[in-house]
Amino acid sequence: MSQDASVSRRGLFMKLGVLFNGVVAAALAVPMGRFLLSSITRGRSNGYLDWVPLGPVSQFPEGETRLATFRNPLVMPTDGKTVDTACWVRRIQGNQFQVFAINCAHLGCPVRWFPQSGLFMCPCHGGAYYRDGSRASGPPERGLFEYPYKVENGRITIQAGEMPTPGASASLMRGRPCKSDNGLITIQAGTVRPSCAGASLLGKESPCA
Amino acid sequence: MRLISRIGQWFDQRLQLAAPIRDAAEHPVPRNTASWWYVFGSAALIIFCLQLVTGILLALTYVPSAGEAWSSLQALNHDITLGWFIRALHGWGSNFMVAIVLIHMMQVFLFGAYKFPRELTWIIGIFLLLMTLGMAFSGQVLRFDQDAYWGLGIGASIASRVPIAGPAIVKLMLGGPIIAGATLSRFFAMHVFVIPGLLIGFVGLHVLMVLKLGINEWPMPGRIVKRATYLNEYHELTRKDGAPFVPYAVWKDMFFAAFILLAVAACATWFGPFGPSGRPDPTIIQTVPKPDYFFLWLYALLSLLPPSLETPFLLIGPVLVILGLLLLPFLSGEGEKSWKRRPIAVLTVMLIAVTLGTFTHLAGYTPWSPKMDAWSGAPVPAQFLHGTSALERQGALVFQVKQCRNCHSIGDCGGERGPALDSVALRLTQDQLIRQVIQGGGNMPAYGKNLSPPETTALIAFLETLHPAGQPPARDASRQVALEQ
Repeated sequence: MSQDASVSRRGLFMKLGVLFNGVVAAALAVPMGRFLLSSITRGRSNGYLDWVPLGPVSQFPEGETRLATFRNPLVMPTDGKTVDTACWVRRIQGNQFQVFAINCAHLGCPVRWFPQSGLFMCPCHGGAYYRDGSRASGPPERGLFEYPYKVENGRITIQAGEMPTPGASASLMRGRPCKSDNGLITIQAGTVRPSCAGASLLGKESPCA
Repeated sequence: MRLISRIGQWFDQRLQLAAPIRDAAEHPVPRNTASWWYVFGSAALIIFCLQLVTGILLALTYVPSAGEAWSSLQALNHDITLGWFIRALHGWGSNFMVAIVLIHMMQVFLFGAYKFPRELTWIIGIFLLLMTLGMAFSGQVLRFDQDAYWGLGIGASIASRVPIAGPAIVKLMLGGPIIAGATLSRFFAMHVFVIPGLLIGFVGLHVLMVLKLGINEWPMPGRIVKRATYLNEYHELTRKDGAPFVPYAVWKDMFFAAFILLAVAACATWFGPFGPSGRPDPTIIQTVPKPDYFFLWLYALLSLLPPSLETPFLLIGPVLVILGLLLLPFLSGEGEKSWKRRPIAVLTVMLIAVTLGTFTHLAGYTPWSPKMDAWSGAPVPAQFLHGTSALERQGALVFQVKQCRNCHSIGDCGGERGPALDSVALRLTQDQLIRQVIQGGGNMPAYGKNLSPPETTALIAFLETLHPAGQPPARDASRQVALEQ
């Protein structure tokens, strides 16, 4: 260490060395970071959602709620059975449906439908929902999640692709289901109107509540 | 012998590790720390070593792929020689490690060992605890069965509640939009590379600091820790009343370590490996997911918290707890060490232990969950039907068919979500029963839309028979008066 303030040749080289490594590290950190965060960024750019078929409308008798399964739109080679997902399809009448996510709006456990009492019950923490998906009792703060759907050529398809969670963004689940049977999705060939139109993006408020 | 010593010398000339190792082994410790109370740290270390070895052995067969993980565990359990035993050792080792780490932490807290100058040892210990819990949770995920799948769903649902960043955190955690192959892969990377790597580093630091700063002396009531004088006092203590760690104190550590390993092996042999439970197929919804033992208390808490408190509690609670633990040595870095003069510390430990124990116990039989098959699986006990009218029997049928039994027990059989109905007629009058059934309330769904008037009449008639013999059912005294007028 020299006492004088002037920069020595070796000192300068060391600082340049640190700088050089810093630049290289930053240059490498960018692709690494992008790789690490790709599961978030992909959801923002292309989106994970797509329309997936649930089958012919005739599979779902009017006035009943049936279990249906669909394959996630995005499939990776190592996914195994995890890309097959269940959902509850309630056919009110004609082409009026409600398609509920299997996941409880509390913490995501699979809810079961009991047609005799007209309730969905959750085995984990005891959440219960009425037949229209609205909250009946227990810890959930809202009704069941609903998938947007459309009926075309006698077949029902739903817009799915993300696991519904209580904090899920607007892109997936739109508001909580109405308590009344009004304001349901009515779709004519390709246009989608979510139930409870204008419901809050975070699912906290619903004009039909 | 001479040959061995010459080989030893050859290595030491190059490594130069013999002297520091001898210094570390023979460093003087206060005599009364050679106690059975001081063996939990080394026991945690020995179980960590067991986990490393058994973990590597399991990785020889385990396939971290959502499509094959479950089958590879089945192969370990059934096809590969002693695969079941290695899995059982790893699973029981995990439970023992969490338990021993918690006991170690409690001992350190009650003995005031976190005070000056061992604050950083405590803080690193907190990180070690969090990493141990992280290993326990990610290990449960690697046992990729139905519990793991839905447990991940619960984790994602909790993470999604973080304001603004929630959905992004969920995608980062799951490695995509749903629980799938990428999710298992990243939990595998965490469980096998990231957390163990950090654990090894932090355990090294933790042990190094114990060596550098000396083991905490046995706390004596009235022996006050002061920053200005403590170091001198400690050195004086070890000089006057010290003994070399090896062999004076180490034999107890060694005996306890061997005992704990034996206990893990005994549990592994006796009880066998954990799971895997059902195949991780999300279309199988007939499942009752449950977390592993050390997260059961959280499972209970999530059922019992009022809905409005849940999100703040989940998001703020852990931050406060961890912050409190990290700040503890700075808030009480001096003063009394002995538990005999620290009643609040003792009460805190007891309160936490009783709370966690109660929640864990409750989670063992989940009174908050409806019993999904009680309505079809548990018949109405015969004594409730003796001498009943046709209408009342019809009501008993409605009671079963409408799944009332899933949440309400009669004859000690049925769900415990709602109150037992053995003597409900004593508590509620006919009008109150009708109102409760039709409108619900108090955490009961309204059945108005799901019961026809005849069904309601029959159900109420049956409920009114539910009272002990000799005690008349509750009645509205004003009703008779109103009818007469």
